[in-house]
Amino acid sequence: MTTPILALRGVNKSFGPIDVLHDITLEVRPGEVLCLLGDNGAGKSTLIKIMSGVHQASSGQIELDGQPVTLPTPRAAQEAGISTVHQFGGTFPLMSIGRSFFVGVEPTKGWGPFKVYDRKRANSIAVKAVQDMGITRITDGDRLVGGLSGGERQSLAIARAVHFGARVLILDEPTAALGVKQATHVLRIVNEAKRRGLAVVFITHQVMHAMAVGDHFAVLIRGAVAADFKKGEKTREEITDLMAGGASMASLEAEIEGYMASHGGHPPPPAQ
Amino acid sequence: MSSITIGGLLRRPEAGAALGLIAVLIFFAIFGGLTFLKPAGMASWLNVAANLGVIAIPLGLLMIAGELDISVGAMVPFGAMTVAVVTGHYGMSIWLGVAVALSFGVIVGLVNGILVIKTAVPSLIVTLGSLFAVQGIVLGLTVLITKSTSVALTVEGPAKVLFGDFLLGGQLQVMVIWWLALTALYIFFVHVSPFGNWIFAMGGDKTSARNAGIPTDRLTVILFVLSATSAAFVGMCQAILYNSAQVAGGQSFIFNAIISVVVGGVLLTGGFGSVVGIFFGTITFAIVTQGIYYTDFDRNWSSLIIGVLLLGAVLMNNTFRKMALSYSPKKGAK
Repeated sequence: MTTPILALRGVNKSFGPIDVLHDITLEVRPGEVLCLLGDNGAGKSTLIKIMSGVHQASSGQIELDGQPVTLPTPRAAQEAGISTVHQFGGTFPLMSIGRSFFVGVEPTKGWGPFKVYDRKRANSIAVKAVQDMGITRITDGDRLVGGLSGGERQSLAIARAVHFGARVLILDEPTAALGVKQATHVLRIVNEAKRRGLAVVFITHQVMHAMAVGDHFAVLIRGAVAADFKKGEKTREEITDLMAGGASMASLEAEIEGYMASHGGHPPPPAQ
Repeated sequence: MSSITIGGLLRRPEAGAALGLIAVLIFFAIFGGLTFLKPAGMASWLNVAANLGVIAIPLGLLMIAGELDISVGAMVPFGAMTVAVVTGHYGMSIWLGVAVALSFGVIVGLVNGILVIKTAVPSLIVTLGSLFAVQGIVLGLTVLITKSTSVALTVEGPAKVLFGDFLLGGQLQVMVIWWLALTALYIFFVHVSPFGNWIFAMGGDKTSARNAGIPTDRLTVILFVLSATSAAFVGMCQAILYNSAQVAGGQSFIFNAIISVVVGGVLLTGGFGSVVGIFFGTITFAIVTQGIYYTDFDRNWSSLIIGVLLLGAVLMNNTFRKMALSYSPKKGAK
């Protein structure tokens, strides 16, 4: 088995007296999609923020290529190759595709104080990067990002992260606000990123989308990993049940709470 | 793609401003004749546009970046009074007066910028505070030092020629040259050099911009320094031009500059606009305020025209922005 690119080992996070994450242990390997499932308030966003350097874990360890690391800032996480794409973030609606793609790292031509923004080059690289990811409808780098569909915007943001050397791609609910057709665009791009050997952390509510691309699944309930399983180990119904808060979810919650009460606040080890 | 089409021109941020300018030109040509396009007439609105434009462009950049600076209204008399007190009252070198006036601009800009980034209080409130604070400082210090609210100064030689003279003995202020030169400089920095991209990104989505590695805090402070210093510069030049400075005045610059910027196609919430648009917006504003003198209308109506113009321009700009957003190349084009 390959070494995970990014691993969390026993990560806890509390904000003041409130414990948000308990003993999270997760691994992401190159060419693998880890689907993080969970209801609102389960701690998904906090977990993402720890992985992308926005928050620091209260205890526990983050490992990059097997080496323990600290990610004090989003910038540090990015330099380590961890890129986060938020639902709408990372793109600027009123900027052109080319300018939006190269924000902060604009290509220039000329010299000295007369360095000018190279619009042609920016546009052609951006359009090529997006097309390489399978979105062939984007052909003009001068178009404004706000004119793209939600799926295209997501794709642009993902293509940008891939282009600038991301090794771990964290996708925060990329399909939540999208229609069926748009969502398939994004899923196709997730598969493309996987094919290129990136490790993808895919956060979603939609079990269908998770099943379509996921290799590995983790269900988060009340800040703890309630289930951790591989592709094919659980049926769609079982996962939906877990997610949807059906009977099994209620009993699971009761089980976790009971366990935590009798084990000094520690969650049970994830079911393998 | 590089060919110029009507649709392509209309999708640019300055499209509304350009059409507004044409409409205003036609309006005054019909009702006032072409007097305001003759040299004497042109000087009247070019002078207004120049003084306003030097402030409007940095203010517009701040608005593109998602901030606002209304303290410019106090920086104009502050700049004027500083140079008048240093040079006129104390009789020191004009160059020292210029340096002190501009450095006060830098200081107020730094205070504005640092307060905005450190406190996350909306910049409208921060600069409203500094507007009143600076007004108080100007009035208090001037009366304390000179026992008067109006200070005279006489400037001769190169400083007069450079900052506050009429061109070629005519009626055109030297500020017009500054305005044109600064506009060209801003166009280069905002639309041609890579830095402009950062300003637009900041106005579009500040968090994403910061995550993309743009030094948003530093850029915010720089833009505030630029607007406060530009306003101090205009005040200073006016004092040198008219050989005196008053503690009051300058407040009209706040709304006039914002109108010019908005008519120029800048989106109030940031992320969209252009220097050329602000340039057109400023000229449009100046022609409306000055052109009225060349018509038979009572000049009291000029505010009505400006109000209607502002609303019309905003609606037009919204339409053009939607066109730009929904634009995609025709299906057959690929």
